[in-house]
Amino acid sequence: MSNKKNRHFTLGMVLASSLLMSGCAQLDIGHLRGTGDMGIVIERAAGNALVIETTHHTQLSRVEGLGNLSHASAVYSRDERYAYVFGRDGGLSKVDILRGRLVKRVVQGGNSIGGAISQDGRLIAVSNYKPGGVRVFDAETLELVADIPAVYGDDGERSKVVGLVDAPGQRFVFSLWDAGQTWVVDMHNPTHPKIRKFKDIGKFPYDGLITPDGRYYIAGLFGEDGLALLDLWNLDAGMKRILGGYGRGEQPLPVYKMPHLEGWAAAGDLLFVPAVGRHEVLVIDHKSWQEVGRIPVHGQPVFVMARPDGHQIWVNFAFPNNDTVQVIDVPSQRIVKTLKPGPAVLHMEFTPRGEQVWISVRDKDLVAIYDTETFRQIKTLPADKPSGIFFTSRAHEIGL
Amino acid sequence: MPPIFFVVAFFSALFLTLSPSSLHAQEKGISAARQGELIHLLKQDCGSCHGLTLEGGLGPPLLPAALSGKPPEWLRDVILDGIPGTAMPPWRPILSEDEVTWLVKSMQQGILDEQ
Repeated sequence: MSNKKNRHFTLGMVLASSLLMSGCAQLDIGHLRGTGDMGIVIERAAGNALVIETTHHTQLSRVEGLGNLSHASAVYSRDERYAYVFGRDGGLSKVDILRGRLVKRVVQGGNSIGGAISQDGRLIAVSNYKPGGVRVFDAETLELVADIPAVYGDDGERSKVVGLVDAPGQRFVFSLWDAGQTWVVDMHNPTHPKIRKFKDIGKFPYDGLITPDGRYYIAGLFGEDGLALLDLWNLDAGMKRILGGYGRGEQPLPVYKMPHLEGWAAAGDLLFVPAVGRHEVLVIDHKSWQEVGRIPVHGQPVFVMARPDGHQIWVNFAFPNNDTVQVIDVPSQRIVKTLKPGPAVLHMEFTPRGEQVWISVRDKDLVAIYDTETFRQIKTLPADKPSGIFFTSRAHEIGL
Repeated sequence: MPPIFFVVAFFSALFLTLSPSSLHAQEKGISAARQGELIHLLKQDCGSCHGLTLEGGLGPPLLPAALSGKPPEWLRDVILDGIPGTAMPPWRPILSEDEVTWLVKSMQQGILDEQ
């Protein structure tokens, strides 16, 4: 009797464990995959992130409830599993892209614009318009670690913060729109940030970028023609103005959309940046920091992005010319292709080796995928008012 | 005035206030299709600085509470001609005066009911 009982027990165990194992197989082994070909597409109005993969061009999941994502951006954990999404409503969301789930969300500010992840991957910094400043969070728990109000002037005014990037040496760098300053913050001691301020960098810095080697930080200026340059290897040299007066005194056109400086549109010694209020892309030699060319384009550039190999520069444009994307061939500095993906092209993202580019076409409710060699459209994916597209390869790029 | 008239007037007013489409039907010169385009432009393009829900961003909020007490003529002029020395551009090359007048009215009333 007891033997029989034992047998039943054993059988039960075997059954249970095989069930468990097959359960595990379905959950873990069956779906085991890396994330290197994955990314997210922001659905700005609906507040969702679509998790996609670039090998078969499919949507893997939709993560909802990320709040107001107009002007959203994202960074990745160093293991490329988690996307940190920064929303306009001050929300900071941690998304597990493997499971397609929202892990945690905090509303950390009233009105935010972007963020960065620290060199060691432990800290997430968010730049805020309101209240103006930067807040730093634990990447694991999203608990607040440090609050850095962007206070300037004698009356304790706070500036809107733009152009936040991470830099080597466990630093964050950002600019103050209202104050015309750039701050470099050393986060080695997370609860006691050490701030170094650079004042009078120029009027209304609108965004910032950092070179892939992490050496130079450049702030674009909206209030005047020019850019502000900081050598992060030599802070004592201070911030230098470059390309002063690139507009040659001509009245700029009305700017209906603020340009972005994202990544380093660089090829060899050349850097490509949008000219504010002009239908031009500026070409800078980053050995001499002199302007060496300007390329007339279809409209006011918003994103000027280099294909990862640096052979092509892709440009999209501000309203009302935002149905177009142009491709500049770097060696000849000529436009070699004009594409019309559709109304309201908001963002572009290259696959890590640059054979594809994904383009969000807001008013067509789709993402268009192009072959960057033939300019052929490979596929389109439906998306509700898509804006930013962020691939996991950003996890290993300084400043992104 | 007989009480019944009051009641009718009250409900008509309520209906007009609560129903944007009926309100818009009163507008002269701007078609319903164009009104839709203007609201789209307000959310998406004004929204790139003022926020998708007009809650503010690089530019100030454009919600009814923020705009109450501001003269409509002044708001119209700001939109048409921009504010020199700031990021606010002139929209005169893109929008007519009647369209901006209508947009100001819509913003001051609130556009949340509309898609």
